[in-house]
Amino acid sequence: MDEIKKQSEYDAIERTARRHRIFRNIGLYTFLAVCAIAVLFPFFWMLITSLKTQSAYNGEVVPKFYVSDPTMGNYKEAFTAVPLAGYFLNTLIYTVVTTALMMIVIVPAAFAFARMRFPGRNLVFSLFLSLMMIPTELVIITNYVTITSWNMRNTFAGLILPSITSVFYIYLLKENFEQIPEELYKAAKVDGTSDFKYLLRVMVPVAKPTIVTITILKVIECWNAYVWPRLITDDRSRFLVSNGIQEIRQNGFGRDNIPAMMATVVVVSVPLIVLFLIFRNKIMEGVSRGGTKG
Amino acid sequence: MKQSKLKPWLYLLPAIIFLGVFMVYPLIDVVVYSFEEGYNFVSQTSNGTGLYNYRYVLRDPYFVQALKNTFVLVIITVPVSTGLALLISLALSSVKPLRNLFQTVYFLPYVTNTLAVGLVFMVLFKKTEYSDGMVNLLIKAFGGEAVDFIDGPHWAKMLVMCIYTVWIVLPFKILILTSALASVKEDYYKAARVDGTRPSRIFFRITLPMISPMIFYLIITGFIGAFKAYSDEVALFGVDLNSAGMNTMVGYIYDMLYGNSGGYPSFASAAALILFAVVFTITCINLMVSRSRVQY
Repeated sequence: MDEIKKQSEYDAIERTARRHRIFRNIGLYTFLAVCAIAVLFPFFWMLITSLKTQSAYNGEVVPKFYVSDPTMGNYKEAFTAVPLAGYFLNTLIYTVVTTALMMIVIVPAAFAFARMRFPGRNLVFSLFLSLMMIPTELVIITNYVTITSWNMRNTFAGLILPSITSVFYIYLLKENFEQIPEELYKAAKVDGTSDFKYLLRVMVPVAKPTIVTITILKVIECWNAYVWPRLITDDRSRFLVSNGIQEIRQNGFGRDNIPAMMATVVVVSVPLIVLFLIFRNKIMEGVSRGGTKG
Repeated sequence: MKQSKLKPWLYLLPAIIFLGVFMVYPLIDVVVYSFEEGYNFVSQTSNGTGLYNYRYVLRDPYFVQALKNTFVLVIITVPVSTGLALLISLALSSVKPLRNLFQTVYFLPYVTNTLAVGLVFMVLFKKTEYSDGMVNLLIKAFGGEAVDFIDGPHWAKMLVMCIYTVWIVLPFKILILTSALASVKEDYYKAARVDGTRPSRIFFRITLPMISPMIFYLIITGFIGAFKAYSDEVALFGVDLNSAGMNTMVGYIYDMLYGNSGGYPSFASAAALILFAVVFTITCINLMVSRSRVQY
């Protein structure tokens, strides 16, 4: 008898606990879903607006959440009425060249700090690190004057040169290089492998995950670059996508053609989102290690 | 082992050259500029040195406006975004199914072009002759009155600016906090559960102290980031931030340098150094507070 009573008490406790859990989960998922909607809504909105015709959009006093008569015309307009393809090409060139040159500069530097012994190494490294505290806003003024006086306004060189080095990435890579066992380096030395060959054949392949992370972070940075390109370009044929978008906001399409604007926004957003969905884990890991946007 | 003395420097040379030309030299130069009075861009001459540039900047109503806007932005967005990120991360780490999906969704704003998505926010908040816009319809549905958030009163513009900033900075904070929460050892929770500790007590006595270094890291980077706000404002209100009354400190620097009101590198330099001093001071205060509060 006692046994049975205890059992039913136990069941009751279990039941209330389960009910609590269910309520808790409903609450949690509702909260998460509301936040997810708040995050996704702008994306949803740009997508459906971009599919509406201009007259349909302007006719909607109460904006509709669906498209009754989808059109691709805005996308055509985005590429014909403004030189969007040109902006894309510029951004692509800028991104690829900047990232590639940055790798050429930072990999040897990180290697020198991680593996080579030379007097003054620690001092120079500390100086490098202290540069990490310097905000771009402080140096951009002189860089602007420098590039202007070198007659590099509206050129790729002017766009690219100041954004090639990043102390932070040198630091990140150096840390990674240092984790590679020193014995490998000594063995290679004994075998008579040159430093440079060792760097390319051993260090770079082993540190590949970090290099990929840095590359992706730099690509995101380049794709979203706005301030420096705006200072250094005023010729539309040299605009990057961010500046193109801004130009479109100020006076593209006739200011009221919101659907065409949204089509442009979709086209600009898609490449990065695709890149993100492919490299999701790499990007999130890289950002949590080295991202500072916030 | 024979190694030529020059070789390491050869490896460092490109980095040193680029850093020297585009970071170290500008750093010295910006200080010099800021003290040169009446610097002329074309002839590259100035007429004396002194504190005139600083005085001018500090008295410039546009700068004062920019300073106010920036401070409001910092004071509102840093606590709101950090708190919201903490709530979301706590919710995320207490569910299992769909967690990855939610994490992916929450991270999306990080990989978008701020200028592009800013346009969407502008469209959502803007009142045009055709329609009051999405957000105003919502406000009206709840019995409020429609406001033009883009060209309307100053508080409305500040509100959009804060909302957009929070939207932009959340992904980074959520990411950092979820990984911080995941790194708290399960043993602590188990021990607390065995002792029958209340959930709120678990949160304040275990979770919060364990992740406090990361929270402070986020507050510091959040302060620095919010002080440098600029592109988001351009996306929402256009390039002429001064006339919109929505300029930020960084925006003021760029406007002094370039554009219709530009051509004054001396004023820009003085403003940049003031900005740096403000950010530096606040970071130091933050670090001091965190040293007395954070448990490592």
